[in-house]
Amino acid sequence: MFKILEKKNIGPDIWQMKVHAPRVAKYAMPGQFVIVITDKRGERIPLTICDYNRKEGWVIIVLQVVGFSTNRMVALNEGEAFSDFVGPLGQPSLFINEDREELKRKRFIFIAGGVGAAPVYPQLKWLAENGVKPDLIIGARSKEQLILMDDLREVSSDVYIATNDGSEGVKGFVTDVLKKLVEERPGYYDECVAIGPMIMMKSVAEMTRGMGLKTIVSLNTLMIDGTGMCGACRVTVGGKVKFTCVDGPEFDGHEVNFEEAMRRQGMYRKEETESHKCNLDKAVEDSHNKKA
Amino acid sequence: MKLTARVPVREQDPEIRRNNFDEVSFGYNEEEAVEEASRCLNCKKPGCVTNCPVSIDIPGFVMQVKERNFKEAASVIFKSSVLPAVCGRVCPQETQCEGKCILGVKGEAVAIGKLERFIGDRARENNFSIPVDSKPNGFRVAVVGSGPAGLTCAGELASMGYEVTIFEALHKAGGVLEYGIPEFRLPKEKVVKYEVENVRRMGVKIITNAVIGKAGNIDSLLTDEGFDAVFVGTGAGLPQFMNIPGENLNGVLSANEFLTRINLMKAYDDDFDTPVRTGQRVAVVGGGNVAMDAARAAIRLGAEVSVIYRRSAEELPARAEEVHHAREEGINFQLLTNPVEVLGNESGWVTAVKCVKMELGEPDDSGRRRPVVIKGSEFTIPTDTVIMSLGTSPNPLIAGTTPNLETDRKGCVKALDENGTTTREGIFAAGDVVTGSATVILAMGAARKAAKAIDDYIKSKHFGK
Repeated sequence: MFKILEKKNIGPDIWQMKVHAPRVAKYAMPGQFVIVITDKRGERIPLTICDYNRKEGWVIIVLQVVGFSTNRMVALNEGEAFSDFVGPLGQPSLFINEDREELKRKRFIFIAGGVGAAPVYPQLKWLAENGVKPDLIIGARSKEQLILMDDLREVSSDVYIATNDGSEGVKGFVTDVLKKLVEERPGYYDECVAIGPMIMMKSVAEMTRGMGLKTIVSLNTLMIDGTGMCGACRVTVGGKVKFTCVDGPEFDGHEVNFEEAMRRQGMYRKEETESHKCNLDKAVEDSHNKKA
Repeated sequence: MKLTARVPVREQDPEIRRNNFDEVSFGYNEEEAVEEASRCLNCKKPGCVTNCPVSIDIPGFVMQVKERNFKEAASVIFKSSVLPAVCGRVCPQETQCEGKCILGVKGEAVAIGKLERFIGDRARENNFSIPVDSKPNGFRVAVVGSGPAGLTCAGELASMGYEVTIFEALHKAGGVLEYGIPEFRLPKEKVVKYEVENVRRMGVKIITNAVIGKAGNIDSLLTDEGFDAVFVGTGAGLPQFMNIPGENLNGVLSANEFLTRINLMKAYDDDFDTPVRTGQRVAVVGGGNVAMDAARAAIRLGAEVSVIYRRSAEELPARAEEVHHAREEGINFQLLTNPVEVLGNESGWVTAVKCVKMELGEPDDSGRRRPVVIKGSEFTIPTDTVIMSLGTSPNPLIAGTTPNLETDRKGCVKALDENGTTTREGIFAAGDVVTGSATVILAMGAARKAAKAIDDYIKSKHFGK
């Protein structure tokens, strides 16, 4: 069992949990993720690692309630425990293997969308510890959805904010800010790291392709085992089939087939639009409803 | 009559069982088991034993069954296997022990598998424990993977006095017994969990949720964690796909994914959260035991199921019993058929598999006749789900994180001898990770030899020869 040491509500339906998991904490690196199971009947849910402490043996996860299983997860309280907590899974961020001196000269622009701020944080923290302080664009639907702001400011240089409703920072999307920044200083940034909803990563990648700005994205696909066994997480990258869980989760954003990735991500999702409703979707929906 | 025909085993009616996940075979009751055991001729040179990968003293335990000494029968089996209730259910006995039974020449072989299952179940029902005679010897061995190979190696070493820790990546121990083989062939709570617990009761520690290669690696086990040797029994868990167009459409999945959802995550049971979808029609591509498991699981979820296989019925690699059960349950076999493309609708969901008809040509390297495409034979099979069951290969995680642990071209860890010696000192490997996907019992046989080799290695290192 993996005890929940702390639980905080950090936004609408967004929760932060500090979990006692010494083996995961011991080996975790930026860019990696965990799989969490609530209890005996629970699903295996992949979640990004937001922070970790090797000495104290804990890992922080951030989760947004999006459905049945995440709801059951946040129903657990401090002092209670997840039945299973496995990781770290996936490849660490590529920059951790780069030459430290070269890395210090590198100018990154990080983009965090919504709860994508959670996996961005350990990357920025690691870079800050290694003398690199990237600029950061944070996007969210509105002010309330901006999370981890103080932590993020501490480990980045200039911070830009975009909200869809204009309740904080620029009214608009992260891509609007990115476009402006790059136009102001063409060629300034060497690399972009964008983590957030698929549609945001797709839009960023489309924009930076035109700018010739290398872009790394982190995919949150469907997964079961998370160790390369099931293939549910397969994505096409540069025309080749990759498993997000073992080959990723980070990939070159310009090579990812986002259309396919977004379609596959919705495979078990309840139908949200009436435009197409085939029997299969209906069946999945029914199965989920039945379970709920 | 007694000599030629075996005592038939009672099974669930196909029309009923295709609607549930309960075990198909009821197994023998005491009277049936004793009657069947009395058919054994107790041969002087028993072929069954030499053909058993773990060399169980088969006539020895069968004679005890005949005399109704069930505890003694269990003791005989436990000397060679810690998983009798598992093996009695899933071993291909017809090609192993039963294949060499002298009664099989003129009639039916003794139903050794059914008798082993009977004793395995008896042992569980009566808590016959597996004896551990040796005193702790102070040496520690790490076993990576808790499938048939890992459990066997751990059990052997524990009974020799080693302190053994198994590291399992998933949240439940058992490996393929948990995630791969369905409930209707191998009950999880009743059989698998109990026999895994038996290994624990022998003193073996099992740590789940521990992905070696990510949370530590083989070298950190040998150095930081101070193990004297490591056994790698990580199986063959990496699914293969066909690399045909449309394979990433929604509704195409590996047999591993489908079976893991159903077996490990219990998606068929409304009390569990993991979903599974089949739609109305399911096409399973492949003809092995895993394909039969996937097809038979799909039919239990209410789908119409076709198995698509590129050779003919004769070449089906699945056990005859599995094919027979699948046919009884109403699975349709599209033989001499090979998919060339998966077709989908505008929303990206599968609608059909485009196939070609095949004919058998000259034998290939495997000795089986090579399937050849019949020109102009393209046709489509409408379907909502496609399950790819084309075999699996070892997960590259261990080899990729263990310097100088050599693998072959298929990613299998190279064993330098039949004892599982690898290219790295102190690291041994056996089972599917060495051979590629094979059977539970072959993995167990190889793991037993590796356990002996680990014992020799540690003793010669510390005490000299």
